[in-house]
Amino acid sequence: MIKQLLLLTVFWVFSNAASAIEAINSRGLEIITEVDRRDTGFGDVQMDMVMILRNKSGDESLRRLSMKTLEIVGDGDKSLTIFDRPRDIKGTAFLSFTHPLTADEQWLYLPALKRVKRISSSNKSGPFLGSEYAFEDLTSFEIPKFSYRFLREESYQERPCFVVEFIPQYRYSGYTREQVWIDSERYIPVKVDYYDRKDALLKTLIYQGYQQYLKQFWRAEGMLMTNHQTGKSTQLINKNYQFQQGLGGRDFDRNTLKRAR
Amino acid sequence: MRNNAMMYTQRVLFLVLIVLPIKSLLAWEVSGYSGIESLGFWEPPLESQQQSHYLSGVIEAEFYHEWNDGRDSLVFVPFFRWSEHDDQRTHFDIRELNWVTVADLWELRVGIRKEFWGVTESQHLVDIINQTDRVENSDTEDKLGQPMINVALINPDGGTLDLFLLTGFREAVFPGLQGRLRLSPRVNTEQAFYEKQGIEKHLGYAMRYTQSVQQWDFALSFFHGTSRSPRFLREKDNNGGYQFTAHYEQINQAGVELQFTEGNWLWKLESIVREGQGRSYFAGTGGLEYTWFNVFSGGADFGVLVEYMYDSRGFNAPVFYQDDFMTGFRLTLNDIQSSELLAGMIIDRRRRTQSYSIEASRRLGDSWKMALELRLLTQVAESDFSYSLRNDDQLRFELSYHF
Repeated sequence: MIKQLLLLTVFWVFSNAASAIEAINSRGLEIITEVDRRDTGFGDVQMDMVMILRNKSGDESLRRLSMKTLEIVGDGDKSLTIFDRPRDIKGTAFLSFTHPLTADEQWLYLPALKRVKRISSSNKSGPFLGSEYAFEDLTSFEIPKFSYRFLREESYQERPCFVVEFIPQYRYSGYTREQVWIDSERYIPVKVDYYDRKDALLKTLIYQGYQQYLKQFWRAEGMLMTNHQTGKSTQLINKNYQFQQGLGGRDFDRNTLKRAR
Repeated sequence: MRNNAMMYTQRVLFLVLIVLPIKSLLAWEVSGYSGIESLGFWEPPLESQQQSHYLSGVIEAEFYHEWNDGRDSLVFVPFFRWSEHDDQRTHFDIRELNWVTVADLWELRVGIRKEFWGVTESQHLVDIINQTDRVENSDTEDKLGQPMINVALINPDGGTLDLFLLTGFREAVFPGLQGRLRLSPRVNTEQAFYEKQGIEKHLGYAMRYTQSVQQWDFALSFFHGTSRSPRFLREKDNNGGYQFTAHYEQINQAGVELQFTEGNWLWKLESIVREGQGRSYFAGTGGLEYTWFNVFSGGADFGVLVEYMYDSRGFNAPVFYQDDFMTGFRLTLNDIQSSELLAGMIIDRRRRTQSYSIEASRRLGDSWKMALELRLLTQVAESDFSYSLRNDDQLRFELSYHF
């Protein structure tokens, strides 16, 4: 009898804890779904990017690129990234079809050889162009790629925020988790802490200078990624945002990849 | 042949001069690179005219202009290399001079272009549109510009069908008497034989269909025209010695390319069937590449490659690889200087001829780049096509400035 009672108690405690966890998870997911909902309908967007790579001693190196993104309702977005500087990689272009559940499709164009190469999309954690950004930091966000846990409410830079934990659900991620501060009025990320595979704090990303476009879509002009383990940082500057310029599937195919500028 | 090349160059330059002023020169985007190269050989040459060290310089510029929101574009890429000793390696070429116009369901590309086909790394069997620039680098990755009219018919939800009318045959350029990395006896650079003359020699036709379906990328291609790679016939020259004369035949070639991409694996296959050069033959290259990304969280990628090359003509094939295995690795540091290392070894399964190659490159600052290439050939069998190169182990260093 006592044994049964004990079992029942244990079961009760666990089921309560489970539903509490479920509530935390569902609150996290609710927040992210709202973030995603508010950013839905942008259609297409293009922009120019400058990356300033800084090492520990302050030496700088510059990258220039441009990026086009096509929103695909019901699937992951398509994106085309075109490199302009350093000069020796000018004309190199990267085409990516993201998928929420299956592996992304990626092609790289090498202008010297005029060669389009299908490449492995398992490279999630590797550095992008020698910067502190990993490929997974720059690919388009899809809800099913993470599971979510609501942590707390907290203000960041005098703005009320939700702090939500993202746990990557895709293979080959370099992170055990990401802690994301989400502005609770505008539903946009303002800061991210990345934890490496040993669960040590690896990097912090800070979004700077948010601007609203088409009275709906918030985009940051600056993004500063600092690596706490190496002391290196990369400042990303996003310029010349252009929304809804009528881009279509043809702007994101392998024929276009070969002549992208 | 040099006269032909000169006439060709003059005609092309004349066209350039007509086309360029159409749009204001100010609106042209200019980029390119210029470099100096040291090419050294430490083994004694097979022939006394050959040298041990060649200094050379190169410049390639790209002039680009677009209008109609980028739906129309013109590109002009002249190339020039000067080389010490070897007058054949000192060469000028128009790598590109073309107009591209783009619509929703098609693209039209007219002029001198470079078109690459293929998926494998050790050799490019299917790639046939452009003539290889055989004096630029022994890796055969450099190509001469090919005049063409190319229409791409594009199915937005499916594949692309490319149709090519190739208008003008580019004869291969071989190293001169004083050059290394050449056949011995040398190839006659004054004269070549063609199965067809006139317009039939010059016109080529090709088509290729490409499509991606999930993890699969495939292509089917056909080519009809003068073979880009000649057969070599040994003949007496005027001095009582011997020389090789290039014979260019009309060929038909069908090609298949296939790549399967899954996780860290790339599986690759290329294969051709060719008729017109003696008996019809079959050749194929197949293999794989496996890459570890972000090794030890240090940012570097490390990949291993294995490929097998086959040619049904066996020992008689006028090619380097007919029953050979290639193994190699690729190290990409993904650092600020984009440091890369590619090392490979090819072994002839039956004759045991081995070739080794190491290629390394690194950016210096923002605009400079240095590249180092080491190529070795050992245990070369006398029956091997590469026997003429048995003393041509080489170290190549290039420093280039990109603008």
